[in-house]
Amino acid sequence: MTEQTALKREFKVVGTRPLRPDGIDKVTGRAKFGADANAPGMLYGLILRSPHAHARIKSIDTSKAEKLQGVKAVVTRDDFKRPDRADLIDIWINVMARDKALYDGHAVAAVAATSKAVAREALRLIKVKYEVLPHVIDVDEAMKPDAPILHPDMRTEGVEPKPKKASNVAHRYEFGHGNIEKGFAEADIVIERSFKTEASHQGYIEPHACLASVGPDGQGDLWCCTQGHFMVRNACAGLLGIDVAKLRVTASEIGGGFGGKTTVFIEPVALALSRKANRPVKLVMSRNEVFRATGPTSSSSIDVKIGVKRNGRMTAARAELRYQGGAFSGSPVEFGAMTSFACYDLPNVQTIGHDVVTNRPKQVAYRAPGAPMAAFAVESVVDELAKKVGMNPLEFRLLNAARQGTKSSYGPTFGPIGLEATLERAKTHGHYSAPLGPNQGRGVACGFWFNFGGNTCVSLNIGEDGTVALTEGNPDIGGSRASLTMMAAEELGIPYEKVRTVIADTGALGYNEVTDGSRVTFAAGLATIKAARDAIKKMCGRAAKIWDIPEEAVVWENGHAKPAGPNAGTFKPLSLAELAAKASATGGPIAGHFEVNADGAGVSFATHMVDVEVDPDTGRVTVLRYTVFQDAGKAVHPSYVEGQFQGGAAQGVGWALNEEYVYGKDGRLQNPGFLDYRIPVASDLPMIDTVILEIPNPGHPYGVRGVGETSIVPPLAAIANAVSAAAGVRLTHLPMSPPRILKALMDHQRG
Amino acid sequence: MSQVRVSTKINGDKVEYLCEVDESLLDVLRDRLELTGTKEGCGTGDCGACSVMLDGRLVCSCLVLGAEAEGRSIETIEGMADGETLHPLQQQFLQLAALQCCICTPGFLVAAKSLLERNPDPSETEVRYWLAGNLCRCTGYDKIVRAVLDTAKDMRRSA
Repeated sequence: MTEQTALKREFKVVGTRPLRPDGIDKVTGRAKFGADANAPGMLYGLILRSPHAHARIKSIDTSKAEKLQGVKAVVTRDDFKRPDRADLIDIWINVMARDKALYDGHAVAAVAATSKAVAREALRLIKVKYEVLPHVIDVDEAMKPDAPILHPDMRTEGVEPKPKKASNVAHRYEFGHGNIEKGFAEADIVIERSFKTEASHQGYIEPHACLASVGPDGQGDLWCCTQGHFMVRNACAGLLGIDVAKLRVTASEIGGGFGGKTTVFIEPVALALSRKANRPVKLVMSRNEVFRATGPTSSSSIDVKIGVKRNGRMTAARAELRYQGGAFSGSPVEFGAMTSFACYDLPNVQTIGHDVVTNRPKQVAYRAPGAPMAAFAVESVVDELAKKVGMNPLEFRLLNAARQGTKSSYGPTFGPIGLEATLERAKTHGHYSAPLGPNQGRGVACGFWFNFGGNTCVSLNIGEDGTVALTEGNPDIGGSRASLTMMAAEELGIPYEKVRTVIADTGALGYNEVTDGSRVTFAAGLATIKAARDAIKKMCGRAAKIWDIPEEAVVWENGHAKPAGPNAGTFKPLSLAELAAKASATGGPIAGHFEVNADGAGVSFATHMVDVEVDPDTGRVTVLRYTVFQDAGKAVHPSYVEGQFQGGAAQGVGWALNEEYVYGKDGRLQNPGFLDYRIPVASDLPMIDTVILEIPNPGHPYGVRGVGETSIVPPLAAIANAVSAAAGVRLTHLPMSPPRILKALMDHQRG
Repeated sequence: MSQVRVSTKINGDKVEYLCEVDESLLDVLRDRLELTGTKEGCGTGDCGACSVMLDGRLVCSCLVLGAEAEGRSIETIEGMADGETLHPLQQQFLQLAALQCCICTPGFLVAAKSLLERNPDPSETEVRYWLAGNLCRCTGYDKIVRAVLDTAKDMRRSA
């Protein structure tokens, strides 16, 4: 269901639901993903990983492995020189351990051999001597003064004066405005609570995979599944000391990423092996490696305090967030602190974030990184406050909602935003008034995400038969070929079927940022529209030349150049196809280009509503009904927008109820597989209803806002509120697995 | 270790191959026969991305040895469409956008086809439980379940 609230413009293609252009390949098995490519003379690579959470690497003996028949290359830390670029240092250490293994699964050595079996045998022959060190897994433990220190040179940034002592706190962030003490003094009711969330993995079904080939001339080719092949090229070039232009990276089809494929892990290793063996090398992670060695999101520990007047108006809010980001700095706590209270109009607000390192894999972005945990904590307190002042949770949120002109908790003042529209629509939806049975509860929560634009470059080539090749540089992770094709067709005034969109390799376009930040339909869409306008301008010029009239006297309408204005004359309009056919005679090929560092990505908001049933005997939660209300700005292909809403909600259900990195006392991950790290399956979920609201983003020609990430921000909180209502006790620790719920119920009964 | 010679039938065609005794059918399909439409998501039978039909039975090809295919008949995603004509499930998945990144799609299609062959009129619950061995991380299953139910309805109507 798509509901327009403000949009005036009439569209022909945008807003319809054509079949995705890559569809046939995707349903017939023809599409080539990361592990689907082979090369002549190809070797199979494998990586040896640390079994210890924290250990000094005393020595690595590869001599026996090197002598094994069929082994063509072995690489260790000695094969990776320290890169010049400061921003690559952590990645360099993460890709291949230096003096210490920092987590269970940290890469220590790698081999390339003529078969997988030989490669496996070679790994067994590598002897690593470790000195096991004390480790720390929990974020609060890692912040204690006597915690084992991961990096002796780490001093907390963002603290004045700069600390002299090493610590596991990499950074302290602070945001807010007003006078927090004064605000709490004005409140009639203040609620303060503490929350914890466990680390969850993006859980993309396709493990990381690549095929690397480096020749003795120093030129390299890399095929890999990634959210951004330009990022891969620059990182690998920096790590291997290859010139950027000499490494060509081609993005395969990508089997999910959700932020987890926005960095490099195995790609530099495959390139190093290939360079050493002088043969192509294919490296594919196992699922076990994906869990142990790629980036889940942070686990967190959060305190929230909010004060309200008796009439329900918030007077002050404060949150202190502690996120562990694995063995390196860079947890998304800064985003957590910025987004915590973004949904509310607050006179006094303060958020403080601590970025903490632990002996876990380096966290990587996961869909709206940092925001869902913060929203869980804040929206849980908001839910409690609404009950306390006797307001329904939607009215309470509407009373305090951020709107156009609100100074956001993280600084900027909001333009036109859709939070109120989602709340108003939720109020009138049938879901909200549906009856609930025994042991059932309903929860609502709101969520915010910034969205992103960034560096983008596209080309649009007019073919001689009037068809159009759109060349863009962002891996299509969920239907973006369709949405970009639609925007090109819309702007040019030609049918959708006349455009083919191709994702080009790094040699074909300028730098395109990774497919992240919900940026592609916004930024690549904007660039597509502008490239189409560039081509249109050129086609109008060709028509002017043919008609021998000034260029300004030609306009573009419905796919045709037309004479316009008093002195233009009366010529028969020329179609795109006719102009294309005459291109050679009128000045050569016609192409439109656009390069931009796009800003103006409109922020987006959502409200989620969920009904659950809690089994009081087992603690099992069943999700009964789910509805997503979200502002899309303008839904280009509504089916894929709905898909983003539904997918975010489903991932949120997993995070809220079941998914969790479980560590043993030895610091080893206990559940590195889909059997024990159980993501939601079809029988765990109901249908997920969606309501698309459209409050146009002034920063995009068609009003588009990113939609991919906001949908995972409210579900943890919405489900926690529903479970708490059903169970009659507030749940403050995710995931709300049956044992945790049973414990909460028993503690509650005991009083 | 000496290799095993295997004669089998894949998507109706006779196929012969050599494989290691401990090599999975999935590795044979992907690495030796270049039938890469069947995907590996876990290698432990937990995700269903490698679903194929073995003598009419739905299996995870990562849990079957290549050597076990001797004298059997295998159907993979590559054999699902009839020439240029997509199977109704393939068509409906596209129509309803029941796919996003599409890595799980071949497995879902193979599994859903086997469901409809056994049960042409499944309930929503039956669809959800039959497909519970196939993981999808993108869609939340909503559009997949709808596509299977709609296809079943269409196929019953045209039967």
